Order: sequence, then C-alpha cells, then structure tokens
Amino acid sequence: MAEPVALQFRDPARARALLEALARLTAHRSEGDPLAVMHVCGSHEQAIARFGLRAALPPTLRVIMGPGCPVCVTDAPEVDEAVALADAGLRVATYGDMLRVPGSARSLDDARASGARVEVVYGVAQAVAAAAAAPGEPYVFFASGFETTAVATAAVLLRDPPPNFFVLSAHKYIPPVMEIVAEMPETRVEGFLAAGHAAAITGWGVFEPFVARHGIPVVVGGFEPLDILAGFAALAELARAGEARVVNAFPRMVTREGNRRAQEQLWAVFEPAGGQWRGIARVPNGNLRLRAAFAARDARRRFADVLAGAAPPGCAPRADECRCGDILAGIAAPSDCALFGGPCTPAAPVGACMVSSEGACRIWHEYGGAPRIEVREAAP
Amino acid sequence: MCLGVPGRIVAVEGLLAQVDFWGVRREVRLDVVDEPVAEGDWVLNHVGFAIRRIPPEEVEATLALYDQILAAAEDDAMRQDVRGELAAARRKPGDG
Repeated sequence: MAEPVALQFRDPARARALLEALARLTAHRSEGDPLAVMHVCGSHEQAIARFGLRAALPPTLRVIMGPGCPVCVTDAPEVDEAVALADAGLRVATYGDMLRVPGSARSLDDARASGARVEVVYGVAQAVAAAAAAPGEPYVFFASGFETTAVATAAVLLRDPPPNFFVLSAHKYIPPVMEIVAEMPETRVEGFLAAGHAAAITGWGVFEPFVARHGIPVVVGGFEPLDILAGFAALAELARAGEARVVNAFPRMVTREGNRRAQEQLWAVFEPAGGQWRGIARVPNGNLRLRAAFAARDARRRFADVLAGAAPPGCAPRADECRCGDILAGIAAPSDCALFGGPCTPAAPVGACMVSSEGACRIWHEYGGAPRIEVREAAP
Repeated sequence: MCLGVPGRIVAVEGLLAQVDFWGVRREVRLDVVDEPVAEGDWVLNHVGFAIRRIPPEEVEATLALYDQILAAAEDDAMRQDVRGELAAARRKPGDG
C-alpha cells in the first residue's frame, strides 16, 4: 500500500482559506453528526485520495464516494452476456478495466484464459478499426461508462461503422442513480458533488429537477484539489443556509446547457431504460440502451440466441462476502469489508470495486485512503 | 474513465484533429465537440473524442492538475488513467 501522499496545492494560501471556510461552515455540526456529502465520480475519489484531501478536511465533514465508478456498477449479468458472446467464439473488445470484472461465475479475463478472443481497447474508434480490418467476422464492443463515454459510442454508430461492428451496451446514466441514493435512509446524503466532465456533456441544468424533488443541493465540481475543496465549500454553504439549488463550481468546463451537439448524438442513439446497478438497485432510466433504429448494431438483439442461455450457474469465490454494493451505495467504506486488502487486492480482486482504477477499494488500496478514513470515522 | 485530458490542436482535417498532448501528437475526433475549433485551440478529450473547447483564459488552470499528475511516479493510478486517455487518441502511422 502506498504511503499517504503529502498535501500539495497549486495555491496553498487559497487551499488554507478553503479549508478554514469548510471548518467554519460545518462548525455547527459535530464529529458524531458530520455533514455528509457524496461525490459520484471515480476521478473525484482518485484525486481526493491521491492528494490526501480527506486528511485535511474538518472532522465535521464526511465525504462519501457513491456509485461513481461505471465499471463497478456494471452488473454481473451484463458481464455474463459479454462472456457468453466471447465463449461463443465472437471477438469481444472492451475497455481494460472491464476485463477482470466478475460476472456471475467468470470474467472476460477468465474467458480469454480459456481461449476466447477478448481484446482490450482504449477507445471505441480502435474497436471500429479492428472490426473494419476483419470484415468477415462479427466484432462486439462491450461498452461501459457514463454519459461522457457513451457519447463516443453514439458518435461512431452515427458514422456508419462496418457492418460487422456491434455494441453490447453497459452504458449508465448518472442523474437517475442520484435519485435512488438520495432516497436510501442508510446513506443520508445532504449534498452531492457532481462530476465536472460528465456535466460538461449534460450541462448543470440536468440536476435542477433532482434538486427540486429531493431538496438536496448539488454542486458541479472539477478535479483539481482546489476545485474539489471549492466544491465542498459551496456544498457546506448551501447546506448550512438550507438552500437546495445547483451551483456550478466548475465554470471553466461546465455550462448550464452543456454540450448540445454531444447530447443530440447521445440521445439519437441511446434511450434511457431501467436496469440493475451492481449492488445498488434497479435504477429506473439508469441504463443507456440502443434505440430501435440501431437494432442491427445491438449485440443483444443480433445475438439473442447466444445470450438466451447466458446466465451461468455458480458464484465467484467469496463473492457473497464482498461489500462492493454497500460501498457503491455509500453505506460502507472499503475498510469495512473483511476482504479488503486481505483476500481481495488489485492483483487478486474479488469484487468490481477492487478491479477498476476508479473503484473505491482499488483507490484506497493504491493511495492508502483507508487508514486516514479510519482515523476520521473512529468516533461515529 | 470520467477524467478527460486537455490538448492543443495543431491541425484540423474535417472531423479529425491533430492534437498535441505534452509533446505527443495524436488524432482526435471532433464529432461531438461543443464549438467549432481551429488550430491553436485547446480541447478537453475523452476516449479519443474532443468534448469541449477550453476557453483560452481557462487553459492554465486546467493544465495545473495534469502537470501534477504527470509528474507522479510511473505506477501512479491517476497517471496511468491519464496515459490511457492519451492512448485512446489514435496514433498516426509513423508518428509519436
């Protein structure tokens, strides 16, 4: 496990001022009843852990990582589908993080070890190029990621990819899962830090209906340590004032309307559909499904016969002890899981949270986030 | 997978741009970028696609995070993610 990284700020004076403001704005709370805010982005957690921000936050503020890792929330049956297609002899490409995510019994990496043709790509355009280079054989791109990444999948489907290119969509849409988490009594979230680069696509206006329904403030924040502190400070200010509204603390990347051109392409190709998020719940409108107009590209429809018997029996070893779902819902921290750092490590992951570089367990394992947080949470 | 990377456009050819990332030139698609872009513009890129033209006055603040991350050790997870983003932008045959 890495040594905690020393705090390093581009502008230490501004960081100090923000930390003082955070302490002041949460001073009416206690260590036993801290202001609980949730972020929903693996990159936020990476930056928080990497730059050691939790060590600097006042004990009256509790920062929870929610379901912000798209790889982690990919449900086991979705992995099973990809494994079934690979086992059937189809070429299957996916992002590197997806390779070792456990399905019900096996991962794509397991399928590859037993001879299936599974390939890692960094981007969907590479998958299209690989399909074009072998026109005779079906090529399935197992697509994961939130709206920011789904936009790229949409763009290639709108540009007439080769006829042997298919998409198995495990894309997910963040705003609907915030509704689910906000209603979980165990989680008790009092404010959300929304991910800046996803909001660059959707615009910050997308969170206004959520705020109106739930009375919980949302702040859109960037990824630089000062951006994150500024985001928390804005949340603390809104929470103390009892003001539920959306604040854009990342104006250099995010506008109210977002990227219209990207939205048009995203929604031309995908439609929101209810779907299970690993360990969390069935999330109405939480999945991005290919529209009927793209049925010919949809691996679920094109290879329905192969997928009909996809769910294999059995259960991955120790999966029943894995608390990835609770961690994604913000109910548990990685250090609450008995497997964390023992039987479950990045080299031998049990659950998806330890697989992805955006998973809370993997991040805490890499950057030593856990020991710091144990100190903070010792007095609930 | 939700952290994009900034780069500077050195040439635009239809829906493709040649983009310089810390001295490495890569090909990025412009299908979904929010505004028309031209040589010299900075864009935020994700999985091989430009998703936003970065306003010129915001470039310096945007780069600060990446300068910190890329100065980190080779095995740093955030650094590896940023490098993965760079790998998503296509290499031109015979180019860096």
